[in-house]
Amino acid sequence: MDVNKKQLRIALRNCGFIDPENIDQYIVRDGYMALANVLMQNNPQAAIEVVKKSGLRGRGGGGFPTGLKWELASKNPSDQKYMICNADEGDPGAFMDRSILEGDPHSVIEAMAIGGFCIGATKGLIYIRAEYPLAIKRLEIAIAQAREYGFLGQKILGSDFDFDLELRYGAGAFVCGEETALIHSMEGMRGEPTFKPPFPAQEGYLKKPSNVNNVETFANIPVIFNKGWEWFSSIGTEKSKGTKVFALAGQINNVGLIEVPMGITLREVIFEIGGGIKGGKQFKAVQTGGPSGGCLTEAFLDTPIDYDNLIAAGSMMGSGGMIVMDETSCMPAVARFYLDFTVEESCGKCTPCRIGNKRLCEILDKIIEGKGTMDDLTILKNLSQVIKDTALCGLGQTSPNPILSTIDHFWDEYVAHVTNKKCPAGQCKSMKQYIIDAEQCIGCTACARACPVGAIKGEKKNPHSINQDLCIKCGACYEKCKFNAISII
Amino acid sequence: MPVKIKMKQDHIDKIKEICKKFNNDGGELINVLHQTQHFIGYLPAEAQELIASELNVSVAHVYGVVSFYSFFTMTPKGEYPISVCMGTACYVRGAERVLDEFKRLLNINVGETTADGKFSLTALRCIGACGLAPVITIGEKVYGRLAPDDVKGIIEEYK
Repeated sequence: MDVNKKQLRIALRNCGFIDPENIDQYIVRDGYMALANVLMQNNPQAAIEVVKKSGLRGRGGGGFPTGLKWELASKNPSDQKYMICNADEGDPGAFMDRSILEGDPHSVIEAMAIGGFCIGATKGLIYIRAEYPLAIKRLEIAIAQAREYGFLGQKILGSDFDFDLELRYGAGAFVCGEETALIHSMEGMRGEPTFKPPFPAQEGYLKKPSNVNNVETFANIPVIFNKGWEWFSSIGTEKSKGTKVFALAGQINNVGLIEVPMGITLREVIFEIGGGIKGGKQFKAVQTGGPSGGCLTEAFLDTPIDYDNLIAAGSMMGSGGMIVMDETSCMPAVARFYLDFTVEESCGKCTPCRIGNKRLCEILDKIIEGKGTMDDLTILKNLSQVIKDTALCGLGQTSPNPILSTIDHFWDEYVAHVTNKKCPAGQCKSMKQYIIDAEQCIGCTACARACPVGAIKGEKKNPHSINQDLCIKCGACYEKCKFNAISII
Repeated sequence: MPVKIKMKQDHIDKIKEICKKFNNDGGELINVLHQTQHFIGYLPAEAQELIASELNVSVAHVYGVVSFYSFFTMTPKGEYPISVCMGTACYVRGAERVLDEFKRLLNINVGETTADGKFSLTALRCIGACGLAPVITIGEKVYGRLAPDDVKGIIEEYK
């Protein structure tokens, strides 16, 4: 099948193939072999070197080299260190971490133990969303089984290494995906980020050196040890190694999780794996990187996907949400949707993010309502840049990206909204008008009966008309008409 | 406005028991709140005051945490809590129109509960079921691939 041909499953290698509530099935597929080997060799530095050479970068979106992160944490001496797993998957439209935790929880547990050994941590914490009850249940079962088999606990597999895991629950705050905010939340406080440095590797959970990695990053670790860093680094592009899991969604035929080698093009993902645009419509844009990312156009379809190319194109990898949009999506409205999200999720600590994003949102509202001016577009651009330059954490610094990328790639669409007061995609309610073509209308009264506000009048068997002052533009008449007599202008 | 109530004795006992389970440690505040909300259904002001005194932290701190996280609520939910996913995938597949239809038929806004206490309406940020977009949940039941026309029938199921 075309859907599978271009995919390569590393992080998702076991998902769907094993019973996640049965540790034996994980062990049969080389489970806990990497941990056993690392402990047998008893050389944390060498193990970190393997991760470094593999070229693995953080899959949560930032793309920081994982081996380097571990090395930094390993070099800070302390009586207690913490290995933390970020399972606070908050990007709307992304569910790769949930799938891994529900389908293969042991791969994360094994990797956290390996990481704990490398940096010298005896405690691991998984910060998981309370909205993922099944993932929590599977993790609890897996942790209990791993303890029973001696993969967690004291003197693991006969070595001198102690390591155990605990779960911490998120409570629905997107900003907690940022590592300093995540740590504050684990300490029972508001999840507000703090300025870095100090980095978590220096001063993290309970002020002890801590290392935070994302679920998908961890899921790659055991394979790197089992198959070798040479194998892993042979996959992907020069600076982005391995694979990436994407959640393919939106106006596309095949939706769902896919795992593809870095360097694959958007065209291959959307048209071969995704099976093209739904309903034979035109491709318009693809949004990557969630609320921090941007929209890419047709011009980027042949760009190989990796961390650096996506940033150069004005978007980012993010945690892997990939939303495909067709010609009926209005770009200022899409930008507004993401901004609305950021405004709601901003923790309120720094002014650029708290107030700046709110202002951006208001300007976008004005544009969508047909009240925007060319000056608004200039302000939109300038203010976006200021927020990018001055916000405290990653959330604020990337929040204007959806605006900047849509302004860049769909300038004409913004101009059409402010100068012609037209929405080219026909989405913005305020600029829409439903009209009845008197020649097509046979007077069946279906539309008049469907209208919730009684805006449609006319005699039976005679052409009807819509009172524009009353019309709320709900589209009910348009959907009911069987004679194509109603059009949107 | 948080609802003012007089807490029942068994609620008071249960909250004290939860706090004790976490060693009355202020660092476990979020876990305590999770379990309290699971038990009572929401976090009334009185419960927050009690938790603050049990964990020896200020009420302001507890309120700050409760109001920060969207999972915590200070108003009672309806018997059938309706959550409409407004994640990106659902949004581009028309979740807003589905939400509007719920608002219209129930005559409540997002965050409100119907006068008879039967339904409450919330908008969620992605429940990770993007393949079923647009998707809603009522209690623990999931409804996927919805159109505004389906809404009426769904509400009927619970009447």
